[in-house]
Order: sequence, then C-alpha cells, then structure tokens
Amino acid sequence: MNFFGYARKDGTFGVRNHLVIVPTVFCGGWVARKIASMIPGSQCLNHPVGCSQVGYDLELTAHTLKRAATSPNVGAVLVVGLGCERFKASELAEAVAASGRPVETVIIQEEGSSVKALQAGVRLGTKLLRHIQTERRVEAPLASLAVGLECGGTDATSGIAANPTLGRMSDKLISRGGSAIFSETTELLGAEHILASRAVNEKVAAEILSTIARTEEYLARATADEMYAHRSALISTGNFDGGVTTVAEKALGNIHKAGTQPIKGVLGFGERPTAPGLYLMDTPGQDAESVTGLVAGGCQVVVFTTGRGTPTGSPLAPVIKVTGNAVTYSRMADDIDFSAAGIIDGTESLEEAGERLLREVLEVASGKKVKAEWLGHDELFAVPRALG
Amino acid sequence: MVKRLLQIDERDNVAVALEEILPGDRCSVSGNGDLKVLDKVPFGHKVALEDIPPGEKVVKYGSEIGRATVAIRRGSWVHVHNLSSDRGRVGRTG
Repeated sequence: MNFFGYARKDGTFGVRNHLVIVPTVFCGGWVARKIASMIPGSQCLNHPVGCSQVGYDLELTAHTLKRAATSPNVGAVLVVGLGCERFKASELAEAVAASGRPVETVIIQEEGSSVKALQAGVRLGTKLLRHIQTERRVEAPLASLAVGLECGGTDATSGIAANPTLGRMSDKLISRGGSAIFSETTELLGAEHILASRAVNEKVAAEILSTIARTEEYLARATADEMYAHRSALISTGNFDGGVTTVAEKALGNIHKAGTQPIKGVLGFGERPTAPGLYLMDTPGQDAESVTGLVAGGCQVVVFTTGRGTPTGSPLAPVIKVTGNAVTYSRMADDIDFSAAGIIDGTESLEEAGERLLREVLEVASGKKVKAEWLGHDELFAVPRALG
Repeated sequence: MVKRLLQIDERDNVAVALEEILPGDRCSVSGNGDLKVLDKVPFGHKVALEDIPPGEKVVKYGSEIGRATVAIRRGSWVHVHNLSSDRGRVGRTG
C-alpha cells in the first residue's frame, strides 16, 4: 500500500507541489497576497508577525515560517520582505535553499514601492512556477507519509464516531509503517493518565504529563483573573450545545482520534519526528495554530474531525473533513468530505469506516482534491505567539 | 419506538442519547436495560444511569469528566446545570 507524491531533495515526499509566497513580516502581506492572487495555484502564507518581537516569541515566528516554507508539500518559495524587519528575508531564503527548494526574494524597500515589488514578485513567481510544473509524482512508501490528526467544532458525536474512525485510520497507517501526529495540549486535560500509559517508555510518559501540566498551570492562571471571569470557559459555546459539558469530557473524546498505537514522543511546535510512528505535538488548541504546527512538523495530509461543522482549510495541505453527525454532514455537504455517522445509526462498523478513511487519505495523498481545496479555504495558517 | 442511549464504558454512570429524548420516552441503554428518562435530552447529551450525590464523580469514557454540583437523579439530563470540572480553572465552577 503506497501513495504517489513529489520527491524532494531533502528526502521527504510532498502530496502537493505548491509555490508558496511568504511575507517575512506583516508589512509585506499585501504584496504577498496580491502576487498569490495573480499566480493561479500559488499559496500565500499570510500572518500578522515578524517584527517588534524578542526572544522566544521571535524565534517561534522564525522557525514556524522556516519549517512551514520547507514542509513537504512546498515545491518552491517566493520570499517577500519589507527590508527593515527583524525576521530577515535572507534568513528565510537561506533556510529554503538549504532544503534544496528553488527560492526567490523580493524586498519592497529595495524595489522602491509595493506596486514595483508586486511587479517583480509576479515575474519571479511565474519563473518558479515554470520550474516546478514539470515535476511528476512518483510512487512513495507509507513510511514517508505523516497525517495530522485534528479536531474542532466538537460535539458529542466526535468522541463516539468521528474520532474513533480517525483513530482506527491512524492505527492502520502506523501499522503499515506511516506516521501520525496529534496536538492541541489544552484539549488533553483529563486524559493525561491514558496518554501517559500509552507512552513507549517512562521518559516519554513523564514528558506527556509535564507538557499537559504546564498548559494546565497557564490556563489556571489565566482563568483565575476575576476581571475576565466571563471569559474563563475552557470549551466553546458550540461544544456545550453539542452535549460536551467539561474540558475533561472533551479531552476523553478527543484522544480517540489518536487511536491505540504507542506514543513515541512529544514534539515541540512544528518539530519533525525522526522516525515513523505516533507523536504528540505541543500546540495551542486553536485549529489554525494547531494545523500550522502539524504541517510545519511534516504532516502532508490533515484529517479534521468536526461535529458542529467547520469550513476551514490549509494553504499547505489537504484537510479532509470528517463528521460523525449525520445532520451536520447533510447541512454542510459543501465543506465536509467524509461521514462517519454510520457508526451511530449502525450501518457501518468502526473497522469499515477506519479502512474507508485510510483509502480516502491515500487517494487524497496521491492527488484527489478535498472540498476545502476546491473552494480555496486557507484559514488554517497562523503563527502562534509565545505566551507570557 | 424505543429510544437509544449509549453507555460507552461499563464504568460510566452516564449514557449518551443517540437521538433526542422526551420525558417518559422508553429508552434502552446500549441494547440492554431500560431507563426511565425524566427530562428532555437533546441528541448527544448525557443521562444519569444512577443516582449521583453532590461532589461525586461523573464518569464517561471510563474516566472522570467532572463532579456533580447537585444531587443528580437516575434518568436526569446531565449537563452544565449539575456537572462541572475544575481542570484548568481552579476555584471556578460552571
């Protein structure tokens, strides 16, 4: 069981061959977005950071953009700088070049204006596009495929149908040599005892517990502020409406998406695993930040379970939407790719749904577009800020 | 027609409504055992399978999801009005 992808010089395989336009600072955002709009098929990694930051916060921006711009689905990169920002265009361009990808840079202050930079950028971008469009898919081993396990807009069906289906898919993928990464540490509170018991060794178990404890300490401090008592809910209105009452209940349903394979390690934000298997990545619980971490960490495909329904997509990876809620599936058919509702009404077994989802993942990995790609959804890119 | 409730783990003291339930509806819990449901329960929400005293653990997926904030009677709807967790929000309820 294999897939067809684009062989990269750094040894990874992409499931897409994107030209990405990356501003190194928010000041270059307009130029980057305009360039992307003029080059069909290119993707813009829009973000609001890149300057007036210090220490780990600036490093987090730098390594997120570098890892995202060198993630497997990226074929070539056009860097857009302003010229005076702290995260320099040259640093990003050097990281891209080191990965073996073609890269070009346009600096607004050197070109003279945003309009001149746009003109130069479109020329450089089309040149890069010509370079990558002759590349062809080749057969790639499952050992080179990593799937991001995401959930958002959780309701009670997530924990009993969609997440178990994703977990079954993940188990099957890993048993055939592939990898999966789950994330969103804020949404693991109450399930840490189960995750720790699944760690490959004591060290990883301790790391899982300390990662979740650190996040819980932060949340406890933030929610203790009386002035913002009305902002202290840890789960969302739609979660409550969907029958989820507490953060622990959400977590216990959430972890089903990570199946039953042993957890090999805890990854930092956007960090790549060094061997196949199942990993936990320490990310915020916000979908866009989480998916950015997963993709920067090397996931070529993301599977996103949702009970309430969400339309979002990533500029860097196909995001397969899965719901276990039959009503949501019929209402949001424009956005949702896969129904696991048969598990609830008894028309499909978990085993059948998991196998069907794995086939879907491999077809998408080999080029089949998901609904979010057809519609051009690209909300799932966000550079997280270091929490104070 | 008998309405369906799902008890996910045998340790659970709540079950999930697999369809909307109205007071007095006949319900079966995971295909065996009847339960008289006292409240209107929306799709996906929880019903107590036994009397749960205040402060006692509410268990779903075989693990604690929070504590009862008031006495919960068997057959009652279980949600934010009678269940809370202080995970990540020390000293807060609701």
